[in-house]
Amino acid sequence: MNKNKYLKIVKDLTPKEKRLENSALAFLMGGILGFIAEAIKLILVNNCHLTIRDATTWVLMIYILLASIFTALSFFDRLVMKYKCGLIIPITGFAHSITSSALDYKRDGLITGMGASFFKLAGSILLYGIISAFFFAIIKVIIYV
Amino acid sequence: MTLIYSFLFCGFICLIGQIILDNTKLTPGHITTIFVVVGAFLGLFNIYDKIVSLVGAGANIPIVSFGNLLLNGTYTGYLEKGVLGLFTGMLGAVSAGVVSAVVFAFIVSMFSKPKD
Repeated sequence: MNKNKYLKIVKDLTPKEKRLENSALAFLMGGILGFIAEAIKLILVNNCHLTIRDATTWVLMIYILLASIFTALSFFDRLVMKYKCGLIIPITGFAHSITSSALDYKRDGLITGMGASFFKLAGSILLYGIISAFFFAIIKVIIYV
Repeated sequence: MTLIYSFLFCGFICLIGQIILDNTKLTPGHITTIFVVVGAFLGLFNIYDKIVSLVGAGANIPIVSFGNLLLNGTYTGYLEKGVLGLFTGMLGAVSAGVVSAVVFAFIVSMFSKPKD
């Protein structure tokens, strides 16, 4: 078997990523999450007389709570496999990464397993978020103050 | 009207993430990290605050908002307390998100069996 033929067979057998379908699903899921968030926020602002900022914080906490519970019930993983970035980019992805690493490493013990690996995936978000925010804030201070 | 904007904006951010995920070799971890840094950058010229006031909560849900909140907290901290504020103000705005994620993850993992 020559090389070109082999490469062709490999190419045929690699599962094709359905890019259009993936993108559409991610857009739809992200959009629905945003829509529900805004709806809950409007209800809280109009009916419970919270400030916009407090209402937004409540919405975020509701999303984080739901994402944690659904991850523990282990059907969130299947949803993430299907909708990918539609669930990873919103704040649910942050909660999902913390909860799933807590669950995965729990059997290694509470301190050396769960405690040490708690921020395994979310650590990069916190690290680079804080580093970039720190230096951008210094630049902003230099520009505006 | 903000409901439709929320749908479109949050979906659009997720769409960009999905396109990057499909067409490059970056993992979801890379993409969320990039988005946080982009959020901090958009806060530099108050762009993201304008988006939030236009779109509503749909702009607070994506992880981009996390970087923006970090930058805003640091900057307002500096305005209030000077150099010390750069360090004390950073996590003020994101405190609710981080603490609730940690607390809920801990409680939930206490009540569930480890996966095989």
